[in-house]
Amino acid sequence: MKTQDFTYAVSRIRMKETKLFSRKEIDRLISQKDYQSVLRTLYELGFGGETNSNEDVLTAEQNKLWQLMAELTDDMSVFDIFRIQNDYHNLKVSVKSIYSNTEPYSMFVSGGTIKGEALFESVKNRDYSELPDALGLTASLSLDTLLKTGDGQLCDAIIDKATLDAVTLFAKNMQQEVISEYAELFVASSNIKIAVRGSRLNKSLDFFSKSLSDCNTLNIEALARSAVKGFDEICNYLADTEYKDAVSYIKKSMSSFEKWCDDKLLNSMKKQKSEPFTIGPLIAYILAKQNEIKAVRLILIAKLNGLDDSKINERIREMYV
Amino acid sequence: MELGLFLALLGAALATFMAGIGSSIGVGKAGVAAAGVLAEEPSLFSKVLILMLLPATQGIYGLLVAFLILQGVGIIGGGAGEISNLEGLLYLAASLPIAASGLFSAIHQGKCSVAGIHTVAKKPDTMGKSLIIPAMVETYAILALLISILAINGIGALGI
Repeated sequence: MKTQDFTYAVSRIRMKETKLFSRKEIDRLISQKDYQSVLRTLYELGFGGETNSNEDVLTAEQNKLWQLMAELTDDMSVFDIFRIQNDYHNLKVSVKSIYSNTEPYSMFVSGGTIKGEALFESVKNRDYSELPDALGLTASLSLDTLLKTGDGQLCDAIIDKATLDAVTLFAKNMQQEVISEYAELFVASSNIKIAVRGSRLNKSLDFFSKSLSDCNTLNIEALARSAVKGFDEICNYLADTEYKDAVSYIKKSMSSFEKWCDDKLLNSMKKQKSEPFTIGPLIAYILAKQNEIKAVRLILIAKLNGLDDSKINERIREMYV
Repeated sequence: MELGLFLALLGAALATFMAGIGSSIGVGKAGVAAAGVLAEEPSLFSKVLILMLLPATQGIYGLLVAFLILQGVGIIGGGAGEISNLEGLLYLAASLPIAASGLFSAIHQGKCSVAGIHTVAKKPDTMGKSLIIPAMVETYAILALLISILAINGIGALGI
């Protein structure tokens, strides 16, 4: 990777970390009686800015995060591990919009390496020259597959696998421990989710081979074979891997497993609190901020739908600070 | 005579510029971190300034040693006498502890100060503890300074 000095950036991040929500602020939000009170409290806490709908607040906070990162680094490509995930999401939206002849613009997410609109035009015109090689190849393959078979799940599987492969490749090229750690957990947990969901839908070995992505901590051939045999076999296989602690959560529910993954990831990032010079604290801050945004989204949606506080507490992730 | 004087001057130069380079790198690193903190919280200026200036001392120690050498050979204060090659070499050797230790200790103290500035940024009430940690690195610069001064003073007493 290009060598950058992150001393200034880490110093600013240390100050920003003091403003991240701790469990105390999250509890304060949960204790609010309704949706409007939560929005008011968020405003008091300086979260989002002056908006009155949940998506505006969350989008404003996301934009603030990426604006800060743009200020702190000369080269935003160091954050491509997050941005390429948005590209592949936008590719999925584009391919499905072309197939169903619908308008995709409202479903694009910002923060990719390419604007959603430009990506859509490239895919629509089948001109992949402006796209990175891997994204172009995936665009061509997924669009052809969807047009030929009409199988939306297969199209999703192709794009999801390409996303995971791109994340792994990026981490390999960066050679930064914090990024490798994130990529490994991201890819492994995605593989587990694909295996569990696919096994419940009785998917074939061929489907799993096309969907699972290589990672260091899982043998994907063994995982695919277990997934074909059924859910219990997946649990048996995972019991012999470093994800054995996750088995009880997977048995409980997928959302419980997702919470386990998020907590594990955030805990692994906590050592970045004492790292003064590398990109690690910035990556940790991005994940911590996204975790905070996820928690706020959950609270807002729960309040909007009148969900019980105990249900919110069950789903809320551990906080970074 | 000429070579002896040159060697003594080389010692003075080494003490000044090597310790000076170390200090400038250390203060530079700490300064970048301080600027980052001040961009978010200007009220922490006095606290981060102290931490930022810690690696500056090695440059001063180098200057002090150079001054003593220049005084020893008579360049400062007048009356530069006969300096033998051996005497010049001895002055050069006497400058090396602060030159080398000043260079490396200031760089590492700078790194330590950066970490201290980050700690103060998150918890301003830990200023005392954050100051002690980089100050530990200072010990080795002081030891080197002590040896350089003792050596320079000793050269005169040798009567070479």
